[in-house]
Amino acid sequence: MMPPLGPPLDRVDGRKKVTGGAKFAAEHNLENMAYAAMVMSTIPSGTIRSIDTAAAKRSTGVIAVISHLNAPRLGPAPGQPPAAGQPGAAAPPQQQGNFAEPQLIPFSDNKVHYVGQRIAVVVADTIEHAARGAELVKVTYDETPARLDMQQFREQGVDRAKSLFTKGDADAAFASASVKIDQIYRTPHEHHNPMEAHSIVAAWDGDHLTLYDSSQNIFAVQQTMSRLFGIPKENVHILSQFVGGAFGSKGSTWPHVVIGVLAARMVNRPVKVFLTRKQLFFGNGHRPETQQRVALGANPEGKLLAMIHEGMSQSNDVCTYAERFVRPTKAIYAVDNMRAINPIVSLNLPSPTYMRAPGESPGMFAIESAMDELAYALKMDPLQLRLVNHADVNPEDGKPWSSKSLKECYAQGADKFGWSKRNPEPRSMKSGRDLIGWGMASATYPAHRSPASARAVVKSDGTVTIYTGTHEMGMGTATVMSQLAAETLGIPVERVRFEYGDTTLPPTPISAGSMTAASVGSAVFGACDALKKRVAEIDGVDPATINAESYHTILSKHYLDDVEARFDAKPPQQEPHATQAFGAHFVEVAIDQDIPVVRVQRMVSAFAGGRILNAKTARSQYFGGIIQGIGMALLEETHFDKRLGTFTNVNFAEYMVPTNADVRSIDIIMVPEEDHDVNPIGVKGIGEIGIVGVAPAIANAVFHATGKRVRDLPITIEKLM
Amino acid sequence: MQPFDFVREHEVSTAVKAGSRDGAKFIAGGTNLVDLMKCDVEHPTHVVDINAVPLSKVEQVPGGVRIGALVRMSDLAVHPLIVKNFPAISQSLLVSASPQIRNMASIGGNLMQRTRCPYFRELTWTPCNKRNPGSGCSAIEGENRLHAILGTSDACIATHPSDLAVAVAALDGVLTLRGPKGERQVNATDFHLLPGNTPHIEHDLKHGEMITSLFIPDGPHAKRSSYLKIRDRASFEFALTAAAVGLDLDGSLIRSARVAFGGVGTKPWRAKFAEAALGGQRATPDVFRAAAEAEMKSAVAHRQNAYKIELMKRTLVRALSDLAGGVA
Ligand SMILES: Cc1cc2nc3c(=O)[nH]c(=O)nc-3n(C[C@H](O)[C@H](O)[C@H](O)COP(=O)(O)OP(=O)(O)OC[C@H]3O[C@@H](n4cnc5c(N)ncnc54)[C@H](O)[C@@H]3O)c2cc1C
Ligand code: SF4
Repeated sequence: MMPPLGPPLDRVDGRKKVTGGAKFAAEHNLENMAYAAMVMSTIPSGTIRSIDTAAAKRSTGVIAVISHLNAPRLGPAPGQPPAAGQPGAAAPPQQQGNFAEPQLIPFSDNKVHYVGQRIAVVVADTIEHAARGAELVKVTYDETPARLDMQQFREQGVDRAKSLFTKGDADAAFASASVKIDQIYRTPHEHHNPMEAHSIVAAWDGDHLTLYDSSQNIFAVQQTMSRLFGIPKENVHILSQFVGGAFGSKGSTWPHVVIGVLAARMVNRPVKVFLTRKQLFFGNGHRPETQQRVALGANPEGKLLAMIHEGMSQSNDVCTYAERFVRPTKAIYAVDNMRAINPIVSLNLPSPTYMRAPGESPGMFAIESAMDELAYALKMDPLQLRLVNHADVNPEDGKPWSSKSLKECYAQGADKFGWSKRNPEPRSMKSGRDLIGWGMASATYPAHRSPASARAVVKSDGTVTIYTGTHEMGMGTATVMSQLAAETLGIPVERVRFEYGDTTLPPTPISAGSMTAASVGSAVFGACDALKKRVAEIDGVDPATINAESYHTILSKHYLDDVEARFDAKPPQQEPHATQAFGAHFVEVAIDQDIPVVRVQRMVSAFAGGRILNAKTARSQYFGGIIQGIGMALLEETHFDKRLGTFTNVNFAEYMVPTNADVRSIDIIMVPEEDHDVNPIGVKGIGEIGIVGVAPAIANAVFHATGKRVRDLPITIEKLM
Repeated sequence: MQPFDFVREHEVSTAVKAGSRDGAKFIAGGTNLVDLMKCDVEHPTHVVDINAVPLSKVEQVPGGVRIGALVRMSDLAVHPLIVKNFPAISQSLLVSASPQIRNMASIGGNLMQRTRCPYFRELTWTPCNKRNPGSGCSAIEGENRLHAILGTSDACIATHPSDLAVAVAALDGVLTLRGPKGERQVNATDFHLLPGNTPHIEHDLKHGEMITSLFIPDGPHAKRSSYLKIRDRASFEFALTAAAVGLDLDGSLIRSARVAFGGVGTKPWRAKFAEAALGGQRATPDVFRAAAEAEMKSAVAHRQNAYKIELMKRTLVRALSDLAGGVA
């Protein structure tokens, strides 16, 4: 039987990564390759009047300047697949396209929808010549009035995600509740900022396309290219072996991919696109700004009677994205009367997209801040308030949980942190010049699954190769899948090779939504289980008798070079259970009384995410999420100039992500959780839950330390002065 | 990036000659110049590499220390002479940038680095009087949380980004410049210029002139000095506010003080009003606060940076309190 906590195996690709042996998309160099550099729009709304390419074309090394003036028309683009858990999400990956901006096919017309839109591309013999050429392209525009301020258009919100959820009569219950909180919370634009910039190398051979991409979703890229360029899907080969971080920003096909592929076709050479850090801030997605109202009504014992969660987030007309910040609302507490909706306001800003724990991350900031406010209003311990409102079944639909260990997370986290020693009074705890604050918050993220396939091949020497198209963005997929295969087959992990990141392999879904381990894992498990049975069958023995040496013995005995099995894993049509991971964060902050910069001194976070395949890679995932949460709480914000319509702090010196110095002690507790119902391998996925709840836990600690409630992130010094 | 030619010079005289050509720029560590060339803000046609020019010594000279313009930030930060006699200089360097950047960046280049204003650097299509004189200032009505509150003008409110320059301004540093017409000395406080109507003119450095060294006088202020920098992130960020302070104390009596502010000025901000308010007073928190108030009287805030006025005051009070130690 598989243990609930898998062994902490080192990354199978660790050596390659630290020695430079891992080849990322932009590190592929093909013969006769050219380079493409983007020209970005500089107005938020209007049309292009003229593009003067004369100087660019004269510039050294420039091969072509391509824009709507000379580009061929491309086919319609299949849009982003529905988010996990939404209708249609269960479609197999090979049928889903993922173009981020279905209403803005690159170079299809002269319209400008936002600053930073890719409006032309310069192709040259070197990357420097291409970049220089792009600087020399002169564009004139006819500007039209732009929609830039979400507040100004707040009456025009649209429930694009069909998110409205109601239960009971929330307004009446709120009106009659004896204790109430009704507040507005804000989260800013944030950018994913993976280390590896988005990049591609595209090569055409007749009507066959080979594309090295940095992607979380190669099968959807394949489908997108097939549709846009009007060629059979089989003619499109996407390779994405190593991805240097993504956080959601590489889940869609962004314009640079299409433009690079188009350029390669037009100049009849392989083309490399390597975006600059600045460009990444415009056409590759961001977490959109949100404004959220949370109204909580409770009885004097703290029992929630009403919960209203509404507001808006930014989107635009060319993408389909909506930030689903009320998704956690329906899952986190037992409340009889609820209303939740997350409309979008369409503006002339770049397209937003999912970013680590989309929906949950901003949504839980609002909910868990409001819960803390309610605890103070009730004069009740914040942890106790959460226990009183613990949801024993899924509040959304009353389904039983496949498993839920949130109470254990609370208990173990609180114990390790020393929560019982907390003096509830704000400003009561001090250390030298510092005010000390303790805060907590819950975390949750749904456990989803999509169809995925895998093939397992055992050779007569007893080694096994697993083939599945999935991605490795640093989460440890290659490692945990190797472990899972080894364990299922009963062989040492050294005998397993894991091949992935290639559309010629069995299809897998997007690596996002914390569902890779569950989806791909179910396929790998199925394929290995089938393989083991097939080998047993060949020798006419009971599969239970198969051990590490059986494969070699049986294949040799039957003169077989190899034996293989394939498995197509599908989530059930009807899910009798609600499946969700949970956790709890406990935070201590220290804030200088005069110079109130917030420093997170220590954190204890406990998670129950089903079976953990590898204790080490899991811990790293949790760390990563938590650290990103510290950034969200205290540092991260992409500033937007509402007059000029542009993001402003578009580099790593001014867009702040946490450094090592910002991260002190983080203690992670992995609460063991056995779940036989969530999926065949019992995992819930852990990629996103780490970040959920960190920001409110810190904000709650800041309130405890200072008596100041900060309802808009990030919590920077001026908000505490 | 505009194409350029590149020469490496080995002597001050030949470097100055090469640097005097039209469109020439010196390059030292390149951590600022190359960035700005990539941003399409700087467009030198001749890049003159001065890294081989022998200007990398830190020497004790009569009355102070002389620091070659090509000494690296990382080397100067831990130089025993500096750590012992000029702690504010060492501290200002250690809280600057990152170890990798400090290993590359030179002292001359540091004093010459240009503002981080995003309209100037990244958003090259927006109006900016510094980048494109006469085009307007996008920051005054725009995103200006990090912008200056002292020494601003209607034309520009960009902050001078250097930490080192603030410590140098406080401790009466003197620059030696060498140009085609010979050598001259300029006080550090006169070297950087206020934006006025000409924000694109940032220093008293003629074309072709090169910084060869920086002199910092010895003295009680230098010896008892410190640098305090406040920032959102615990490391690797430019200052929101910073104070370089030096005190000449007689018991708890302040004989005289040296004060300069960072993160708040359009140039490294020598705080003469604060100094005047401190001289002859007892080292007490009230006196420190009064000194801060005196200097910040002329501060002008914009939409997002009003917090800097109060924060700068508190920064100065904290820096002085810590420096005065037990006496305060
Ligand atoms: C991400 C990042 C963070 C940073 N954080 C900080 C910080 O917190 N605090 C801080 O103070 N700085 C910071 N810096 C700036 C850094 O300190 C400067 O870039 C560096 O000091 C410049 O030195 P350099 O030798 O590389 O200059 P270069 O880039 O080589 O040159 C810069 C300019 O100086 C001129 N120049 C160079 N040497 C001479 C000379 N001898 N005479 C005349 N002109 C000369 C060049 O022509 C050029 O115009 C940061 C930089 C980066 C990129
Ligand atoms: S503050 Fe100065 S540098 Fe910034 S936009 Fe205005 S003029 Fe340009």
